[in-house]
Formats: sequence, structure tokens, C-alpha cells
Amino acid sequence: MMHSDQAVTLRMTKGSDKHAIENTEWNTANPAVVLRSLHKSFGAQRVLDGIDLAVGSGETLAVLGRSGSGKSVLLKLIIGLQKPDSGSIRIHGQEITSSNVEAVNDIRKTMGFLFQHAALYDSLTVEENVAFPLRRNTKMTTSERGDRIKELLAGVGMEGELKKMPGDLSGGMQKRVGLARALALEPDILLLDEPTAGLDPITSREIDELILKLQEERDVASIVVTHDLHSAKVIADRIVLLHQGNAVIEGTFEELERSDDEFVAEFFKHDS
Amino acid sequence: MSYNARIPRRWISQDAPQATSLMRFTLTSVWSPINGFLEWFGELGVFVWQVMRAAVRRPFEGRELIRQLDEVGSKSLPLVALAGAAIGAVLALESRYSLVRFGAKSMLPAAIVFSIIHETGPIVTGLVVSGRVGAGIGAELGSMKVTEQIDAIEASGVNPYKLLAFTRILACILMLPLLTLAADFCGVAVGWIVDTLAEPISFHKFLHAGFAGASFSDFLAPTFRTAVFGLIIGMIACFQGMRSEGGTEGVGRSATSSVVLSSLFVILADVILVKLILVFFP
Repeated sequence: MMHSDQAVTLRMTKGSDKHAIENTEWNTANPAVVLRSLHKSFGAQRVLDGIDLAVGSGETLAVLGRSGSGKSVLLKLIIGLQKPDSGSIRIHGQEITSSNVEAVNDIRKTMGFLFQHAALYDSLTVEENVAFPLRRNTKMTTSERGDRIKELLAGVGMEGELKKMPGDLSGGMQKRVGLARALALEPDILLLDEPTAGLDPITSREIDELILKLQEERDVASIVVTHDLHSAKVIADRIVLLHQGNAVIEGTFEELERSDDEFVAEFFKHDS
Repeated sequence: MSYNARIPRRWISQDAPQATSLMRFTLTSVWSPINGFLEWFGELGVFVWQVMRAAVRRPFEGRELIRQLDEVGSKSLPLVALAGAAIGAVLALESRYSLVRFGAKSMLPAAIVFSIIHETGPIVTGLVVSGRVGAGIGAELGSMKVTEQIDAIEASGVNPYKLLAFTRILACILMLPLLTLAADFCGVAVGWIVDTLAEPISFHKFLHAGFAGASFSDFLAPTFRTAVFGLIIGMIACFQGMRSEGGTEGVGRSATSSVVLSSLFVILADVILVKLILVFFP
């Protein structure tokens, strides 16, 4: 994890009709993910309107915002599941918006993605779900793969559920298996889409602890999309708040909490 | 006095559409479905290109192909065999009635065999498979799409066009001719049973009379044209499934449209292929 003194200071400027970050200086010497002037629209609906972001290795960035503010779209753009209308996405310095499918697939192998609803393959068992990226992208022998699967599932407390089908698991258990699958290829970048959404507080805290444990054990750059302010406070080094397609404010949880901006204050009002 | 002066003003509604807006409305009504149809074809073209590009690159997904061969072939076999048998029975009953009336009873085995191997066997197999497999693929891929499983495959660095689409399309292409053989066999066998119940004849004699004037091309071209039916069924079902959106309702729409469109295109392709076969294998 990054220390708070390494985190960026609060940057917020007020435009004529909206807040925007201007003259952003990246706080990271070695950014794993850099987004510049990212625009994305669906028909007439403008979802992202010139986002600039950077996340360094070992850093965890939480992305907050109202529903429909483009948080999940942002993650899908980073992993290349959707294409931006304009702007730049660099992963470890490599531009992915202009790369071909094979190059993007190679970059994807350095990333882990936990989907909002886990997106486990419902025709495969828990074991086969975690084995999927290993079987496709590594030359592990069956026994090596088996050991790795057990290690990954033990890491998320699911080692006893190898043969279960996703349909037999609770939402929290599915998220854990999804996290194990996302970590299978030992990614450098972890993208987590609402890892605690729909979970009870105890399971949510367990997922947070898992993410913290990962940060301690490995130098992973994480981007976590969440509505859970408590989770953001616990796991994130830095927080960015999206509103109307823009990153309106960026800083540590405490800095955002102290903000006197109306929208930010409203967003953080219910946190206690 | 002008013509308009004779029309009471109250008859002329202020909301009545003007001639230009009426024309625009008519043009929009006509153009919109045409535009939608052209858009669908364009997207299908892009989809086919992506599948073709993925198909020539390693790995070749042998395990998934075998699973799909079983799914499309083995699991469709009972239904296809039953449909073939039913067609054989109906043909035997109908043909006997007609041929006896015209004094051509001896032509009965040939009539049954020819109509089954030339047309009814292939088209019935195509339509049965488009119903069973088309709906299955459309619903399965549609469900995977709306639950982000296809995105998860892609996020793992695996090409879903190869893993999901190419393997299913290839399985349909390979399995349709084999299923057609099964339908043909069941149709001819049940045709003989129905015929022999009315007037006993050995199976050997029935086959001998049935295939007397037939050449190998009579059998080969109609059977292998079902590979094209397989291509159509696999391609349309995968395309409709992978573009599914809108939750469970969208999955239902994908399954339905897969069956409707693949059946329709199988029938249209049949018309063209029959003509081509008659030209190239006279």
C-alpha cells in the first residue's frame, strides 16, 4: 500500500458549470495504468467526458460515483472490453486503443478482473472456473495446476468447494471464486467492479481484508469501483469521484471527507 | 371562388399532417425496417470476419469442438431419427395412395427413396436441427452475454469468437451431413415397414428397387448440402446469441430469433442449392 504522504493532494477546480481536474500531475513514478482525455458515449448519452487518471504499481485507487456515472465502463475500457470514442489508455506504457487483438490479449494476461456479479462460467465447477485462465494461458502440468487452484481457493477461503457449481454458491462465495480466478495469472493490475456490492457487512469486510492481504503480499496496482464508502476508506490509497463523466475530485478519503464541495459533501454525508 | 374556399375551415384540422411531413413519415416507415435489415447484415458480416480471423490462429480448441460435436450431433440424433422415420411413414402412405391410382405401384420404393435422399431428409434434418440446436446455442450464448461470462472469457485473454462461435459453427457443419444420413436411413427403413405392412416385400428387394436408377451423385450432393445448412444454423445462432442484450428477456429474444432466422435462411438456401445441384449434378 502507498503511504498517505505519497498520495496526491486534493485537486479540484470549479469550471463554469462543472468541476474538473485540471493540470493533473501524476503522483506515481511508475504508473501501471494511465488514462488521458478518455471519452465514451452510448448514443446521445455521454458517459465519460475526458477522464484523466493514473495508477501506480502497488497503489489502490477507489473509483466512486453515482449509479450510471461510468465507473464500470471505465474498467471495461481499461481491459479493452469496450473501445473509447477518443483518448489514450496506456498499460505499463503500452497504448491499447491502437493495439491489435493479439497484443491486447497479451496485455489482458497481466490483468485480473473481478466482475460485478462475478461472471463465473455456469457450466463449469468452481475448480474449472479457476483453472480456466491457467489452462488457456500457461503450460502448467495437471498437478501444478491443481496445486495452484487449491492455493488460490485457500487464499479466498473456498478450498472446500472445488466441485460445486456456481449456481450452488451464495453471492459472497461467487465473489470469492471470481477473485481467485482474477488472481490466477498473478496479475500486475487488478480491476475490481463493486467487490462488496450486494453482500452482507461481514462478508464485505472479509472481501476487504482479502484485498488488503493481496496488497500486502503483492505489488499490484488496483482500481476498485465501489459504492461502499467504508470499503473505499479501508482499501484505497487514493479515491476519485466521478460525476457527469468527469473526475470531479481526487485525494485520500480524509481529504474528500473534509471537502466543502456540495456534491462531494452530499456523497460523503451518509458515511458515519 | 377558389376550391379551398368551399371547404369549411372546421374540417381542416390544425393537427393534420402536411404533405411533406406525411411523405417523411411514409419514407421513415419504409426505410426503417430496410435500414435495420441492412444493419443486421453488416453486423453479421463483421461477426463472420471475426470468426474467420480467429479460426486460423492457434490454439484450435479441440476439447471444446469435441464437446460441441457431442452437443450438436449425439444429442440431436434421437429427434432427427424420429423426424426422418415419421417422414418415411407419411411418404409411404401418401405415395402408395397416389401411385396405385396411376398404376405405378412398382415405382413406390424409388419414389420413397428418391424423395427422402433428395429433399425431405436434408430439409427435415436442417429444420429440426435449427429448432433444437439453434435455440440452444442462441439461449446459451445469450445467457453468457448478459451475465458477462463472454466478457470474462475475453478478459482472460481468450478469443470468444474462436472458443464459443467457431467451435459451434464447425460442429454444426460437420454434424449436419451425418445427421442427414441417420434421417435418410430411418426414413427409408420406416417407409419399407409401412410399405411391407400393406404389401410384404423384403428390405433387400425394397432397397434394390429404390436405388435402381440412382447414382452416387444423387446421394452425395443432397447430403452434403446440409453442411451449408449447418454453417447457416451455427453462424446465425452464435451471432444472435453473442449480440444478446437486455437480461432474461433478451435471452428469450435471442433464442427465438436464432430459430426463426436460421430456419428461414435454411429454406432459402435450400432453394438455391437445389438449383445449383441440378445444374452441376444433372
